[in-house]
Amino acid sequence: MSRLKIATPNEAQLTVERLYKDLERRIIASPPGLCPVDLQLSFLRMCHAQTCGKCTPCRVGLGQLANFIEDVLEGRANMQTLKLIKDTAQDICDSADCALGYEAARMVLAGFEGFQEDYIHHIKTGKCSCHITQPVPCVALCPAGVDIPGYIALVGEKRYEDAVKLIRKDNPFPTACALICEHPCEARCRRNMIDSSVNIRGLKRMAVDHAKANTVPTPPKAESTGKKIAIIGGGPGGLSAAYYLELMGHHCVVFEEKSKLGGMLRYGIPNYRFPRERLDEDIETILSIGVEVKLNTRIGHADGEISFESLREEYDAVYIAIGAHTDKKIGIEGEESHGVMSAVEMLRNIGEENMPDFTGKNVVVVGGGNVAMDCTRSAIRLGANKVTIAYRRRQMDMTALPEEVEGAIAEGAELYSLKAPHKIEADEEGNVTAIWVEPQIISKIDAWGRARVVQAEVPLERIPCDVVVVAIGQGIETRHFEEAGLSVKRGTFSAMSDSEMKNAPGVFAGGDCVTGPATVIRAIAAGKVAAANIDEYLGYHHVIPCDVEIPAVRYEDKEPCGRIQLAEHEAGERKQNFDAFECGMTEQEACQEAHRCLRCDKYGYGSMKGGRAAIW
Amino acid sequence: MVNLMIDGIPVQVKEGTTVMKAAYSIGIEIPHLCYLEGINEISACKVCVVELQGKEKLITACNSPVEEGMVIYTNSPKVRRVRRTNVELILSQHDCHCVTCVRSGNCNLQKLSNDLGIVEIPFREELPNVPWDHNFPLIKDSSKCIKCMRCVQICDKVQGLHIWDVQNTGSRTTVDVADNKTIECTDCTLCGQCITHCPTGALRERNDIPKVFDALSDPEKITVVQVAPAVRAAWGEALGLSVEEATEGLMVAALKRIGFDYVFDTNFTADLTIMEEGSELLERLGNPEKYAWPMFTSCCPGWVHFVSKKYPSYLNNLSTAKSPQQMFGAVTKTYFANKLGIHPENISCISIMPCVSKKREAALPHMNSAGAGQDVDIVLTTREFVRMLKAEHINPRNLDEETWDSPLGESTGAGVIFGVTGGVMEAALRTAYAVLEGKNPDADAFSAVRGMEGRREREFVLGDKVLKTCTVSGLGNADKLMQDIIEGRVNYDFVEVMACPGGCVGGGGQPIHDGCELAQSRGQQLYQLDVDRTIRFSHENEEVQKLYEEFLEKPLGH
Repeated sequence: MSRLKIATPNEAQLTVERLYKDLERRIIASPPGLCPVDLQLSFLRMCHAQTCGKCTPCRVGLGQLANFIEDVLEGRANMQTLKLIKDTAQDICDSADCALGYEAARMVLAGFEGFQEDYIHHIKTGKCSCHITQPVPCVALCPAGVDIPGYIALVGEKRYEDAVKLIRKDNPFPTACALICEHPCEARCRRNMIDSSVNIRGLKRMAVDHAKANTVPTPPKAESTGKKIAIIGGGPGGLSAAYYLELMGHHCVVFEEKSKLGGMLRYGIPNYRFPRERLDEDIETILSIGVEVKLNTRIGHADGEISFESLREEYDAVYIAIGAHTDKKIGIEGEESHGVMSAVEMLRNIGEENMPDFTGKNVVVVGGGNVAMDCTRSAIRLGANKVTIAYRRRQMDMTALPEEVEGAIAEGAELYSLKAPHKIEADEEGNVTAIWVEPQIISKIDAWGRARVVQAEVPLERIPCDVVVVAIGQGIETRHFEEAGLSVKRGTFSAMSDSEMKNAPGVFAGGDCVTGPATVIRAIAAGKVAAANIDEYLGYHHVIPCDVEIPAVRYEDKEPCGRIQLAEHEAGERKQNFDAFECGMTEQEACQEAHRCLRCDKYGYGSMKGGRAAIW
Repeated sequence: MVNLMIDGIPVQVKEGTTVMKAAYSIGIEIPHLCYLEGINEISACKVCVVELQGKEKLITACNSPVEEGMVIYTNSPKVRRVRRTNVELILSQHDCHCVTCVRSGNCNLQKLSNDLGIVEIPFREELPNVPWDHNFPLIKDSSKCIKCMRCVQICDKVQGLHIWDVQNTGSRTTVDVADNKTIECTDCTLCGQCITHCPTGALRERNDIPKVFDALSDPEKITVVQVAPAVRAAWGEALGLSVEEATEGLMVAALKRIGFDYVFDTNFTADLTIMEEGSELLERLGNPEKYAWPMFTSCCPGWVHFVSKKYPSYLNNLSTAKSPQQMFGAVTKTYFANKLGIHPENISCISIMPCVSKKREAALPHMNSAGAGQDVDIVLTTREFVRMLKAEHINPRNLDEETWDSPLGESTGAGVIFGVTGGVMEAALRTAYAVLEGKNPDADAFSAVRGMEGRREREFVLGDKVLKTCTVSGLGNADKLMQDIIEGRVNYDFVEVMACPGGCVGGGGQPIHDGCELAQSRGQQLYQLDVDRTIRFSHENEEVQKLYEEFLEKPLGH
């Protein structure tokens, strides 16, 4: 008889481990619009299967809770049942021995708070109030509703020009989104259930690399309506609205305060991520249909500026898409020192090809978002001796995309996490010499699931440096518009969901200046929504169609297959310059990747409700 | 052309053809359930699965286009197993009490299960139970619904009303009234197209047969039955009678055998409708500034309900004439009661209609001309009429033809074509022409309005005016028409709308033949009856003339 044994998992355990992974991926790919009460019951049943069986509240209570919730779903419950659910869950929470029990009950309580109305709806009507509206998950999650399965199928057939046309029906910035979209579409891709999401952005890049946007013809314009629309801001949102409105036959004039169009695409995103000549492909296309542009033109009351009131008088409608271009201060001692700059200022200078000289300098970037990463990686390319990212939370808490953070580290950035800025130290001439930071420890998690930090009981730390870049967010310059009577709340324009401004007929607003700093695809979507509603406001019902025929599905068994990732140039090489670092797919890769798409437009609910909006 | 092999047989079909149709072209009928050509090709039931050589996963024949070199097996061991399992799964959530189901004997699921030789189901029975108001003329039995989605699609794609939708999510997904409403609270026009396209007994009309038997057995009641034009073109179908056998005379004989005291023809009041509506059209044309344009027909209750719910500002465009059913009820309870010298309360007025919406129309509170209850007491669909014949073990083949009773039995060819799209328009034009020109036109002078396209625009010279007409069938088409009128894209004088595709011949109360649209062939029968009638103009109906002389005085007099 051996006293000890080496534990090796048996076949059953190994299979269950694999099934756990399957379930994790399945949860990731859960479609939007499901009945929360039904899901709650399913979660609870799984929790109950995990009980060790020792304690009453967990062993018995979770099962009885499940019975009550099933009663709700089966139309056997009344309002008294709801009280029983709540009380029982609370009792389990208060008495279960371990997390298996009390956490399961807490999930029920959380659901009870989060969707109590749905519980009540079930009880009162015997039905669920939830509804699947857009059956294709990637399209549902794309703010602009781009026909993703459609263009993936076209890329799979090497019909790149048609793919660009199809994308452009909903998004006139195919190139921008091919290079830098945050691809919310990939989050719930049903392919996750088999292996992992389709590389949607990579496939879009395949399309625009092989059919440059400015070589793909635009659809014919509708007959001129004689209406004139002023668009304030030449970024992705303003230009998107201008493109669709111009197609609808309304003449658009874009007012841009800077010397070039593109907004944050030019003045916020560095060239290595989005080369300028690629941005120009999209802009050229948009301008080619007749959109008029007035550069170096500010809207305001000062000399040489055009007042908002005069625009309202002169134009039939106005779209405000001024973005979020002002910087935010940390508010610490020494912030005015020479060598401290905001991220907005740094990236704008780079956008204007007025490159700061960081040669041999030590740079500290404060912040953890994508903009902070852009500054970090740009600073490296500008010849800095050392670039340090000081962030008050942990790497995993950063709002930047993980690949951006990893890219920055690979290029040599130092990540100094759990360091909150305390003060900036300068020499007698006012030049930065160091930043002092307060070490933090990670602490309790707030209601949104984000871990808070508290100050560590250790001394301040000094990071010697010559440059501090503050990348902690951007604000919106609303003053002139506020004076003109537009409603502004918490620093953003209060536009309604149709993008119209309250109490200002004919004035619409959208993008970062309404939502606060967000993503390019959300700005584009806002432009599209504004275009549709401005058209309606002017009394028209133009439609934006696309006559591209979508390829039929191929009869293929969907075997698990790895996701193709876009290659990047080697870090040591790419950090030397501002050239594009990401490589597109090869034709072989793109074909394989395109055929990983499960065609939710043709299968499942998509086949019934129609997988696409052919016009809008 | 595409070449493929199905069950070892080479077949060549056009590109884009489905595997289902390719198989059909060589005589192989692949079993299917949810499929409805052009309307519902969503492969929900997974009964039409076939094996594509070289692929693990089966494909669905109904919506998979053929590819060059495909090798298909419709009866491989895997197909056989999966098809059977899927039917058994559907049966596990279907109320299989066929003996109490109106669709027994005409049910796709029943036939499929019988054909597959399913004698037991290995799965636990799980019947959904969604409450329903059984007083509503349309009944949905969720325990018989197989979620094929056909009703959703017919209502969305053909009728454009979106009454049905998928409700709930996950395992509790079902088909129910959209937006969590109850059916009474929707814009449902009761066109009944969801019923005639349901593969099972999940959708049916309210059963009003017991009320008819009660009236027949009440010694105090005189029973008067009217039969709508389109019924005569379809009643024989479900009794196995050929078109030649199922004559009007035989139908009259069958009704008399049931025991109705008077068997009258709705065609009579169709002619009366033309006198009223035709006169109204001429009155409106004479005083165009006094009226809303275009003038709409008002004989289809589905259409009238549609206008009142969706375009209430156009209610004044509807002709003020009652529908033939309601004119008949009103005349019966006034003129005819008077003639018989009895109190209208002692008359039970029953109508047989190709329509479910007529049940609601008859019950509208203002349909009470004699102040003695509803003008029409009970409405049966064609299907209920057939069921009644079966219940009374009447085999029409054993009967001799009989003639309509008088005085509400005479009709013209113009009245009989009311049952087909364009019929009201054509009949009205015949009479309007005669009034304006002082002589009858050729009876076929206006046959250009005929056709099965959903919308037909025609112009006719009438007196010194060019009359712009539009004839529409199907409410989806009607909705587009209304949009065009509102947006000013079209401009008509006279518009006929029937809610059901093809008109009443394709009505929601007609016999059901899965996957077949019979409106066209039934319509042809009505056109033949028109040709066969000696009188083809409503204004020449002598009994109608007499009704005016004795009672109504002149058109638009009431």
